[in-house]
Amino acid sequence: MENKTYTVSIYTENNLGLLSRIAAIFLKRHINIESITASPSEVNDVMRFIIIVNVTEEQIKKIVGQIEKQIEVIKAFYHTDKETIFQETALYKIKSEDFLDDHNIQDFIKETNARIVTVTREFFVIEKTGKRHEVDHLYEVLKPYGLMQFVRSGTIAVTKNEMPISGILEKFNTTNSIS
Amino acid sequence: MEVKTASFERRTTEATTKVSGAEAVIKCLLEEGVDTIYGYPGGAIMPVYDELYKYQDKLHHVLTRHEQGATHAAQGYARVSGKVGVAVATSGPGATNLVTGIADAQIDSTPMVCITGQVGSHLLGSDAFQETDIVGISTPITKWNYQVTRAEEIPEVLAKAFYIARSGRPGPVLVDITKDAQFASLDFSYKKCSGIRSYKPFPEVNLLDVERAAEAINNAKKPMIVWGQGVILGGAESLLKEVVEKAGIPAAWTILGLSALPTKHPLNVGMVGMHGNYGPNMLTNECDVLIAIGMRFDDRVTGNLEHYARQAKVIHFEIDPAEVNKNVHADIPVLGNVKETLKLLLELLKPNKHEAWHQNFKDHYNIEFDKIIKNDLNAERGKIGMAEVMDEINKCSNGDAVIVSDVGQHQMVACRYSKFNQTRSNVTSGGLGTMGFALPAAIGAKMGAPKRDVVAIIGDGGYQMTIQELGTIFQTKVPVKIVVLNNGFLGMVRQWQQLFFDRRYASTEMTNPDFVTIAKGYHIKANQVTERAQLKDAVKEMMESEEAYFLEVKVEQEENVFPMIPTGAAVSEILLE
Repeated sequence: MENKTYTVSIYTENNLGLLSRIAAIFLKRHINIESITASPSEVNDVMRFIIIVNVTEEQIKKIVGQIEKQIEVIKAFYHTDKETIFQETALYKIKSEDFLDDHNIQDFIKETNARIVTVTREFFVIEKTGKRHEVDHLYEVLKPYGLMQFVRSGTIAVTKNEMPISGILEKFNTTNSIS
Repeated sequence: MEVKTASFERRTTEATTKVSGAEAVIKCLLEEGVDTIYGYPGGAIMPVYDELYKYQDKLHHVLTRHEQGATHAAQGYARVSGKVGVAVATSGPGATNLVTGIADAQIDSTPMVCITGQVGSHLLGSDAFQETDIVGISTPITKWNYQVTRAEEIPEVLAKAFYIARSGRPGPVLVDITKDAQFASLDFSYKKCSGIRSYKPFPEVNLLDVERAAEAINNAKKPMIVWGQGVILGGAESLLKEVVEKAGIPAAWTILGLSALPTKHPLNVGMVGMHGNYGPNMLTNECDVLIAIGMRFDDRVTGNLEHYARQAKVIHFEIDPAEVNKNVHADIPVLGNVKETLKLLLELLKPNKHEAWHQNFKDHYNIEFDKIIKNDLNAERGKIGMAEVMDEINKCSNGDAVIVSDVGQHQMVACRYSKFNQTRSNVTSGGLGTMGFALPAAIGAKMGAPKRDVVAIIGDGGYQMTIQELGTIFQTKVPVKIVVLNNGFLGMVRQWQQLFFDRRYASTEMTNPDFVTIAKGYHIKANQVTERAQLKDAVKEMMESEEAYFLEVKVEQEENVFPMIPTGAAVSEILLE
């Protein structure tokens, strides 16, 4: 089986230590995490992790099984790129003089829908949100001008299909409620 | 701060009593029905020990001689009793010494709660004296863990700890409690945990899966069962027996499943795996339907997966969804507690006998008997063999003893030759293969099943890894029987060196002390057998002893355990010599 990029979405309780518990599952299998983000989800008090890994489908199935087994994980899913809508954000800090003197960059930024976030006498900060290759492309364009700093976020993604988390939690509340 | 793992229990306005965090720990243990705990005091857990002093009439604390011993004792207690074992240690080295036992309990699904003291919360992260990040360290080897920094959290966290440890597929839980949380006071009220919203102990049973399984079994010509510890953990021993008898299916066991079905049951065809019996290993690759019940296809069971039961339709009865298709593809997975699923299955099974197929197992047994077993039990050959010792123990115990084995050759021999009449009788470290397990585990086993004889079978290597627990035996007067099968070698490693490393015995020969003198130093009755003629009487004397008894048997130095599936070979490539 060939390696593919998979997006793992994990809905969890907001508990200390869960990040390392989930990361340990990858570490134990010697699998490198391409990116990881954690944020609140659409459900109150429920966190959502997005982890990107490059593995076989057989591997990702087993990993998701191990993740779901963790006590504070409500549900975990894996998806291919085709099944998700995903974005990354990057920030590029460049010297103001480079930026002001070169019309090519200005044009390029306009073309790529990048955004200027901050302007000072010394530097500009440009933000680009998009697919990995778009973010990387802008990086290549700006690199010759001497990037002062560059940072890229982890991938964030939503799935095309519905995520039945609210249903799962609802079921718990209705079948077990003690009020 | 509320514990954020949402559970069913809500805060109530019930009558409470004001107690310290440390006293709350003890009260929680009592609420959970704990009567025996194993541990070792130290700075960061002292408030809890101070409370133990007050409660010593209600809670028996066993002072082991090392924290590792406390975990194994708790495991032994849990394995024979089915209750949650409890181990207590201080911070830092006390906590890190628990790690081996926790890892062992995790891989062998043993319910255990470990409570560790931690430095005061204001010192966390300051590299304080005896500070270690035990929550971080234990994360990959616990079912759940939690650090308590406020006294108010203690009842809810411990209620969860016990619920998680014992429910579903059991496992170890660690609760780390800062010293200030032990000193601080809280309004104590206790409610047992009955559910956690993000945790589903039992997957829902799909009746359709059970029906498909029943159909496959009913149509099978050569069905074979391999059962594991899930049968014992699920309390499904009698159901297994009914299934086996109704459908006439030969049934084999993994070492953790051993004793769920009596050894002498006619359809019990022995052990699978690396040193298992010839028949069940060979016929794994001939059966048409392989019914796996509460087992996880460990590599020591399957050998080379490419050549494991490829011809068979595999039915996997399993509580843990992550185990299905992990190592072996299940054609028909049946999720759920086996106590539930086997009951449903039993209704749907058609009575059958499979006599010719069963005869096949008997024929294989006869081959194994001629080539191996006869010789293992042969009282004519030179030095005493390990199997002979087990045979003598069987004769005295009539199969009613709990056998606690360590790890290595003697473990394989103990599992192969022990006779068992009742469940929860075989205690051994299976998944982790922890040398040093047996002596402390036997202490816990005897306390968990005080009316039963508990015999620890240990090699001379593993014995010396936790030999200090003789002190615990002396102090508590727990009447365990200890058999050291002394071959002067780390026997299993030596066997591999002989077979696969051209007899280069690197660091496997042991210069051993006088074990009898050591036992006597702890005022434990002790005896040594060097000649076969002494064996029978010595074993009898040990088995009849009312108090703890140590028996060293000098066995054949270079005996090998056969049959054997070499690493990387198929189960059907099992060697008889």
